[in-house]
Amino acid sequence: MSDPHPVSEPPTLDVRGLTVGFDTDRGLLRAVDDVSFVLPRGGTLGLVGESGSGKSVTSLSLLNLLPSPQGRILAGSIRLQGRELVGLPEREWQKIRGARIATIFQEPMTSLNPVYSVGAQIVEAIRLHRDVSRREARARAIELLRWVGIPDPTSRIEAYPHQLSGGMRQRVMIAMALSCEPEVLIADEPTTALDVTIQAQILELLWSMQQRFAMSVLLITHDLGVVAHHVQRVAVMYAGRIVEEAPVEELFRLPLHPYSRGLLRSIPPMGTSLQGKRRRRLPTIEGAVPSLLDLPPGCRFGPRCELHQPRCSAEEPSLREIVPGRLVRCHFAEEWAS
Amino acid sequence: MSEPVEPLLQAFHVSRYFQVGAGLFSAKKILRAVDDVSLQVMRGETLGLVGESGCGKSTLGRVVLRLLEPTGGRIAFEGQDLTLLSSSELRPLRRRMQIIFQDPYSSLNPRMSIRDIVGEGLLIHGMVKSRKELDERVAALLAKVGLRPEHRERYPHEFSGGQRQRIGIARALAVEPSFLVCDEPTSALDVSIQAQIVNLLLDLQETLGLSYLLISHDLKIVEFMSHRVAVMYLGKIVETGPTPQVFSRRAHPYTRALFSALPVPDPTRRTLRVLVEGDPPSPFDPPKGCAYHPRCPRAQPGRCDVEAPHPTEVEPRSGHFVACYFPEELVILRVATWVLPHQAAARSSILPNPNR
Repeated sequence: MSDPHPVSEPPTLDVRGLTVGFDTDRGLLRAVDDVSFVLPRGGTLGLVGESGSGKSVTSLSLLNLLPSPQGRILAGSIRLQGRELVGLPEREWQKIRGARIATIFQEPMTSLNPVYSVGAQIVEAIRLHRDVSRREARARAIELLRWVGIPDPTSRIEAYPHQLSGGMRQRVMIAMALSCEPEVLIADEPTTALDVTIQAQILELLWSMQQRFAMSVLLITHDLGVVAHHVQRVAVMYAGRIVEEAPVEELFRLPLHPYSRGLLRSIPPMGTSLQGKRRRRLPTIEGAVPSLLDLPPGCRFGPRCELHQPRCSAEEPSLREIVPGRLVRCHFAEEWAS
Repeated sequence: MSEPVEPLLQAFHVSRYFQVGAGLFSAKKILRAVDDVSLQVMRGETLGLVGESGCGKSTLGRVVLRLLEPTGGRIAFEGQDLTLLSSSELRPLRRRMQIIFQDPYSSLNPRMSIRDIVGEGLLIHGMVKSRKELDERVAALLAKVGLRPEHRERYPHEFSGGQRQRIGIARALAVEPSFLVCDEPTSALDVSIQAQIVNLLLDLQETLGLSYLLISHDLKIVEFMSHRVAVMYLGKIVETGPTPQVFSRRAHPYTRALFSALPVPDPTRRTLRVLVEGDPPSPFDPPKGCAYHPRCPRAQPGRCDVEAPHPTEVEPRSGHFVACYFPEELVILRVATWVLPHQAAARSSILPNPNR
């Protein structure tokens, strides 16, 4: 697992030291604190975390959609094909957002405009970024709807969002996100609002489209099951920081950060039901995620950690490469890795 | 160890229909949220109720408590027929059956202190005689669910999601119920908090002998917590039985599809995906015959689309019932193939053709 991309070509997306702050009544809150990751061309990265971990704020920063004026990037850089995006004026962002970095959000009902037909919305998205006639854009929209598995796209293109089911709306969102063939697709909890049978269809579609367009995909989720199968690398976030980043099989085989380990263990294993084993309990992570305004000293996971030592409260561990390709933010990661 | 045998709650052919529409431009429609469902929950037992949104599982949970009036059918609880009781006759029984909700943010009154929230039921049912006794009981309840007595004085907004769910559980336990409907008790919680609540519910069941109707779309949690399980689809129970049998055999094609759609948090293990085609049909206009037949790979014309199948026992005396004319054979579905992410394209070739 050495460097997956040649030195000559800059990665599609290169995020370095991203730090995002929000002004609150109680002072400045760092929702994302010194976060770095790389998406190579055609690569896939899963960003996993619980509420308040900073995963969604990270995705909003990559689209320059932080709520203004409270939220802003305090430090760091976001490079798309080597070009710095932090600090670009909004009119430059309009050429990037949707065209080169596209996104799918959790709830397709609130992301689609209810008063326009889905076709009109896709046509608008295409014509915003591409110099094509309305007729060409419409033909393209029908083709996209067919790709994402909408039956009878020539008539469905006239449908309004409320006339479609949740799964169909998410397919439309994917069609719209693909309309300009973006280099980067950010999928922020794309299946969380959907039922499991529909979730499986949408994930299959997402990954077949990722292959077809050779897109780089950043998949943001709280569900470890969703990242287990199609993502190359996974970054686990906790309280605004990346605590572990690893190739997906490595992370699931041997999680090196106590938080990743706790998360994986707290999922009930399948195929082992309760009967006859009434006293069984799930391993838990005690306590709750800290408030970002009131972080513990030292390691942010320290107070909940089973390995906690005095050193952990005194000094925050750095995120460092423990074995090639695996980054961990824990004082004891070397011991676990060996 | 002997299994619990005495039924605490029984529902016989229970239905709940809703009338929807009758607006200016629309005709009145009947939604069959729960359609001829029978189930029983034994003393000290957990019955898991799984299904996707809109299948009627939450409606069923409210109907068995008579929080919603059933349109038809009978419900027996602790030997009494709930459907025959007036609301005043029902009140003493209400104490014995409680509910905890999915969303700990909207299910606690933000203007009430924790003492008032947890103690309200004790006052309503005249279970405490003095303020001092109320305080003591509330303190004991908070301790039971893993909170501190001094939390009495606080208000819901001061607590995290997991703590709020504990408060909701303390409120339900205050009136000493024997039966709890747990409606998606962990769905709104973070992964690391879900396990804490699962363990708390298991501890309480063991120490207090509680029975649960556990409503959840999370198959992993249902498997971990339930003795028996019922799978719902479009208002009907399509498969029910002891959890190990139902979860390993998966006799109904819908049960099988539900399982194969489940994302398994293990990159080395693949389940052979039986992708369900299409969307669930509208409950206003359910398909004729078996409600699942338009999406079912095993459906046979002339049979499944004509008459809905009745539940039949999968094996004699197994207690495992399936409502299907052509139940799935016993096969090991898991294929242990190591599939790396970059092989995803190759893997799709082992999938059954979705355009079959």
